[in-house]
Amino acid sequence: MWNILRDLLRYNWEFAAGAILLGAVIIVAALSFISPYPPLDVYVAPPDMPPSSEHWLGTNSRGQDVFWQLTVAVRNTLLFGVVVAVISRLISLAVGLFAGYMGGSVDRMLMSVNDTFIVLPIFPILVLFYFVMRDQMSWALLALVAACLGWSYDARLIRSVALSLKTREFTTQSAFCGMNAAEIVTREHLPYVMPIVFTTTMNNMNWSIGLEVTLSVLGFTDVNTPTIGGMIYWANQHAALVSGIWWWIAAPVALVIVVFVSLFLLSLSMNEYIDPRSRLARMGSG
Amino acid sequence: MQPILSVSGLKAYYQMRYFGVAREIRAVDDITLHINRDEIYGIAGESSSGKSTLIKTIARAIRPPLNVVGGSIAFDFEAGPRDLYALSEEQLSAIRWRHLSYIMQGSMNVLNPVRRIRHSFVDFAFRHMGLPMPAFLQRVEDHLAHLSLQPGILESFPHELSGGMRQRVTIALATVCRPDFIIADEPTTALDVVVQKNVLGMIRRLQQEMGASVLFVTHDMAVHANLCDRLGIMYAGRLVEEAPTRALFQRPLHPYTAHLIRSLPRIGDDTPRHGLEGRPPSLAAPPPGCRFHPRCPLAMDICKREVPPMEELESGHRVACHAALQGIAP
Amino acid sequence: MRAYGFYLLKRLMQFALVVFIGINVAYVITHATPIDPVEQTISAATAFGNTSPEAIDMMRSSLQDLYGTGGSALDQWLAFWGRILVGDFGPSLSAFPTPVATLISRALPWTAGLMLVSTLLAWGLGNLLGGLAGYYRRNRLLKFAGIIAMGIHPVPYYIVAFVLLILFGYVWPILPITGAYAQGLRPGFNLEFIGSVIRHSLLPALSLVLVGIGGWFMGMRSLVPTIMAEDYTVYAELGGVRKRRILGSYVMRNALAPQVTGLAMTLGAIFNGAIITEQVFGYPGLGSLLISAVHAGDYSLVIGVTTISIIAVSFAVLLVDLLYPLLDPRVQAR
Repeated sequence: MWNILRDLLRYNWEFAAGAILLGAVIIVAALSFISPYPPLDVYVAPPDMPPSSEHWLGTNSRGQDVFWQLTVAVRNTLLFGVVVAVISRLISLAVGLFAGYMGGSVDRMLMSVNDTFIVLPIFPILVLFYFVMRDQMSWALLALVAACLGWSYDARLIRSVALSLKTREFTTQSAFCGMNAAEIVTREHLPYVMPIVFTTTMNNMNWSIGLEVTLSVLGFTDVNTPTIGGMIYWANQHAALVSGIWWWIAAPVALVIVVFVSLFLLSLSMNEYIDPRSRLARMGSG
Repeated sequence: MQPILSVSGLKAYYQMRYFGVAREIRAVDDITLHINRDEIYGIAGESSSGKSTLIKTIARAIRPPLNVVGGSIAFDFEAGPRDLYALSEEQLSAIRWRHLSYIMQGSMNVLNPVRRIRHSFVDFAFRHMGLPMPAFLQRVEDHLAHLSLQPGILESFPHELSGGMRQRVTIALATVCRPDFIIADEPTTALDVVVQKNVLGMIRRLQQEMGASVLFVTHDMAVHANLCDRLGIMYAGRLVEEAPTRALFQRPLHPYTAHLIRSLPRIGDDTPRHGLEGRPPSLAAPPPGCRFHPRCPLAMDICKREVPPMEELESGHRVACHAALQGIAP
Repeated sequence: MRAYGFYLLKRLMQFALVVFIGINVAYVITHATPIDPVEQTISAATAFGNTSPEAIDMMRSSLQDLYGTGGSALDQWLAFWGRILVGDFGPSLSAFPTPVATLISRALPWTAGLMLVSTLLAWGLGNLLGGLAGYYRRNRLLKFAGIIAMGIHPVPYYIVAFVLLILFGYVWPILPITGAYAQGLRPGFNLEFIGSVIRHSLLPALSLVLVGIGGWFMGMRSLVPTIMAEDYTVYAELGGVRKRRILGSYVMRNALAPQVTGLAMTLGAIFNGAIITEQVFGYPGLGSLLISAVHAGDYSLVIGVTTISIIAVSFAVLLVDLLYPLLDPRVQAR
């Protein structure tokens, strides 16, 4: 396990770069625990101060320190991504492995439902959800709904792997040994889909964080919980760009782009474990 | 007369780096042979003996991680022998199909699945013919008719034809320019016996009509016995024996060849067949000396230390075996 | 022909399934909440005065059907579907008494046009460049293009649109950043109007293309080695077929079918992006309509836009799917 990690860091630049960037973001998020300001309080610092030695990223029009605000925001945003990823992983693994293993009409039925969720435009549905919930909207609720809508693409990927595993000999062997479908799927097939689960987890976090940022920026979430999108929302509410308080916008936008790029690089790094052909291409060129 | 193909000291290795560790697979190691005009030369050997790599290298169809490490391949089509790997892309493209064509294994997927057969003929052969399109298509139809194929198949998609039909279409495609040299890579492997016979007859007939040379590769010794003029046997990346087909079958000199011939079924012969002990060696770390020695019933001490040289023991009959050199028959 | 008919039937059923499940998701979301907003909404609407009693009744009945406050669960569900199927979402609250259907039919062409142009551009350019980059692996320029495309790809539409807005709105203001055409211009078929529409669509389209192109680029580039290893490509190389012909008629042509499937699979996400982009650039399509409806508390309009979005996207997917057999002759044989 540690050897794999060490080799990945040494020979796979996507993994190394992604891990370093994400590590930096996590450190920023961890700093929120030693923040000198309570995250929800306003007017704790002189408003609209440009970046200085005292306030590294300046302060905003609500009298908050942008840097310390950012640490809390990125922590909540990452947490949101993790929660959605975990819940949707459970659904997509269950659907994907089961459909792939069972095959036949079960597979066809699950996949047509799955394809339905793939093409469904999720954004209007989430807006509708916010519209109905209004004040009861909380981030946990949003995470739950996002997870229920965001599992389908990955379920299809996992299914295709499970489908190819099914034809391998050890599957038949386990079936002869008297293991039932659930046991075979969890004990024999799960380890093989792990790289793909890792990749899809990164992609799914990217997707859900993007969703959260977008909904928050538009004000369609609980904007009182500090998140990256929430920060941009308040900055827009105070017309930060027009009044020249660019650091209020620039800081969260820059940080969230770092998050996206790092998750994306990590998902890319697993490609060669998933598709041996890309490994061959790499060997040929290097 | 000059041979049409001369291969000397050819080495082609798969060279890979993975996580910083270099790995080398010596799939073709120091092979020397020549092929004459107007003959069918067979190459036999089990899978992973390096025979596919050899013909890929001879066709200059190699891609990293497979590299030619040493030796040369020279074709003599018109103006004396020329090193295949010294040609430019342009020169190579001018030679392909006009002089050097190829019949591929597993015709299932050899033709572009999303385009009609006609397009394949145009892509491969049109530029060599120097004919306007209608005359070219007429020539193609005549060629198909000569091989008892309906001209209508030109408008079909590959998936609409049967496996045997597709293989005959690829043979028609490979011969439409009347090339001097044809490489045939297991063209009959995936076919049933009746179709196989039909296809072999077709290749033989075309070869005789055109006076072309054919390099025919298969693991099936029975096919070789029926088709080839001369035969080379490969084991673990090396050529171990080469002789005219009749001489080779009547009096094999290498113990591996003898084993291959003994394992052929014969009518009325019900003695039990014995497999060889052990498995073919790994080409990443082949055994020292003769690569066959761990499985060889005649192995001696010298076989473990020294690579046996390829020696012509009888006229046209070469073998690389310490035992054979000492006159021990397998 | 019969095989195509079977394929068509299967696609049509999938289309119906998407619409059915999608609208039921919308139904569950709206009906699972304990809030009774009908009277609340009505009172908000009538607070401005001068609304006729008939209009209020009309509004109440449509809201009750859509929101579902009367009758059993089954009755509610049937009433909801009854409204949806005939496209009658009642009058809009924020633009009373204009029917919701009218507002949507005004906004839909802008969204459809923006999506059509930007999706085709992103798909075409991404596949072309990706194919070239996969085939000519050593080309520096293509490598660089790949890095740019891959860098933008993971960033969500909103952020890209927002960065473009800052760049072209404040840093280097050369393009209009809001609206679909210049203010005061009368819509009509003349050069001035069309030019204005194109100029106004540049930034929203650019942001959609920038985000979209990376996915196609990477998908195509990773497909190329797979197809290059296929027997038919190897054979064409052995046949001395020209490189360009191999790239076009063999590699790209065979990658087309899976990439079209990919297009069908991602239309939903592209639509989400279009909605968000419209909001950033104040483009008068479904996205702006949806968001202003939320801010105005216009329930009928929100549910109308949501359901029409689901139907429109699944219809677009159906159209793309119907194209597929033309690209892959083997489909009919399967």
